[in-house]
Amino acid sequence: MTDLGARESHTGGMYSLAIETHGLVKRFGHRPAVDGIDLAVPRGSVFGFLGPNGSGKTTTIRLLLGLATANSGDISVLGKEMPRSLASVLPDVGTMVEGPGFYPFLTGAGNLMRLDSADRHAPSSTRRQRVHDALERVGLGHASGKKVRAYSLGMKQRLGLANAMLRPRELLVLDEPTNGLDPQGTREVRALVRSLAAGGTTVFVSSHLLAEVGQMCTHAGIMSAGRLVAQGPLDELRSSGESHVLIHTPDVGKAAGVLSRLGLVPGDATGTGIPGNEASGRDGTLTGTGLNGMAPEAIVAALVTGGVRVRGFTVENASLEERFVSLTGEGFDVAG
Amino acid sequence: MLIALAAVPILIAVAVKLSSRPATPGRGPLFLDRITQNGLFVAVTALVVCVPLFLPLTIGVVAGDTIAGEANLGTLRYLLLAPAGRIRLLLVKYAGTIAFCCAATATVAASGALAGVVLFPVGPVTLLSGDTVSVGESALRTMLIAAYITVSLMGLGAIGLLISTFTDAPVGAMAATIVLSVTSQVLDNLPQLDWLHPWLFSHHWLGFADLLRQPIAWTSFGENALLQSAYIAVCGAAAYAKFLNKDVLS
Repeated sequence: MTDLGARESHTGGMYSLAIETHGLVKRFGHRPAVDGIDLAVPRGSVFGFLGPNGSGKTTTIRLLLGLATANSGDISVLGKEMPRSLASVLPDVGTMVEGPGFYPFLTGAGNLMRLDSADRHAPSSTRRQRVHDALERVGLGHASGKKVRAYSLGMKQRLGLANAMLRPRELLVLDEPTNGLDPQGTREVRALVRSLAAGGTTVFVSSHLLAEVGQMCTHAGIMSAGRLVAQGPLDELRSSGESHVLIHTPDVGKAAGVLSRLGLVPGDATGTGIPGNEASGRDGTLTGTGLNGMAPEAIVAALVTGGVRVRGFTVENASLEERFVSLTGEGFDVAG
Repeated sequence: MLIALAAVPILIAVAVKLSSRPATPGRGPLFLDRITQNGLFVAVTALVVCVPLFLPLTIGVVAGDTIAGEANLGTLRYLLLAPAGRIRLLLVKYAGTIAFCCAATATVAASGALAGVVLFPVGPVTLLSGDTVSVGESALRTMLIAAYITVSLMGLGAIGLLISTFTDAPVGAMAATIVLSVTSQVLDNLPQLDWLHPWLFSHHWLGFADLLRQPIAWTSFGENALLQSAYIAVCGAAAYAKFLNKDVLS
């Protein structure tokens, strides 16, 4: 697991981690939904919380926000211990958990008014203005007087975001914020998240869409079957993934032999099986995985010494997607 | 629901007015035979008719919906994250239920009084003890009866609130509350279970006749209030314990 340097620099009154958990466990019956995770979300980061469906993302968020009680483990949010400090922490946290939930018989603005008045500390004098601003910000200004019953899923999703931004927040926890949004909506959410992050808000956003996380996050954590299998700055995550080499050569068979001797795993980049191309003299492309920190130039040297005509040689870093799949498995089944 | 409740006394008054036969004394709901002589009895009769089923039905719907309804809409988690505070939310929800209890009985009484005044002669009322009181005094007595019934329903409201914390399906909580209210009344009518009767929350529901005596006998009011507050305390504590530790997964 990639650990963050920030944990060591944790200071007394000021916190450096907006969210921190140690050994967090939540079981439903005997099945652990969250199985001992150690999250570390640096302050000011946009943290992408990745994982396949059923990997425990939403359950973790419920634990962080005190909606559910953990079986064991410690949580601190904004530097305060949870769930003991729930009442003082939550006003600074904007949330959207598992989709929007609104009263269908109230208007969009009416819903926000009601939720805002549920918070004892929210100033009622600025309520109307804040609701108006939040609705404008998510592009619902013209639909604020419409009953939520008549809203589309995307509009409800936007209303959920507006609710999260009713007050200036230190932390935003957004569970699948772009679900049900059209491409413009998705772009707007990304822009919104970036502008909030630029203003100093820490954003914790869960998603199963890798591209989305790749585009708006600075940090990421990857969940698989209730465990946090990796976390850290996005660049670090990408580079710590296994890189591989691509070799263009007519001597594919010979090259495969050399790679095997070096301890690499040869594979066929074209997906047609390793053909004996020597006779035809045409180039074939070969991949080699399992570098284990071996210097690329050493591989080239070994290939050349082995009599392989190397016509092209590339080192490719793993993409986030490859990293994700290698950590969470190829299967399409929802983790039970 | 309030409109449906308001319709009951009007229905009674109109039915009595239209039927040419005078009602046989001693048959039908309490006080029905007196309506033609004095319109003020419409309100009392309507309250008597509504106590066993109609009022508990509406209270069951409101109380069963308190927490489960929010959970079902998905608004419970947002209220808690606002943060509303779990204890505060529970208290506000119960206060809302009590407000509805008041509104429900007041609606029946007011609509009954109005229908009585419009359709029948109004005059001094003869009480169960034989004394006669003025129209104003009898209106006060009707309000007292409405208050008595409101108190009677508060225990049921607390039961509904408790059931509502156990489920995310509001319909289930409503049905369970209403079934409990009917069951309690059935048990109250089985002489074999007379040891249980004083503990049933519906035991004093129809015990407001004492308010129609001169002087008013307050014992039944007091006993009822005591029993209902015991139910509120027990169910409230259980609802508090359940809701405080509940994992909100809806």
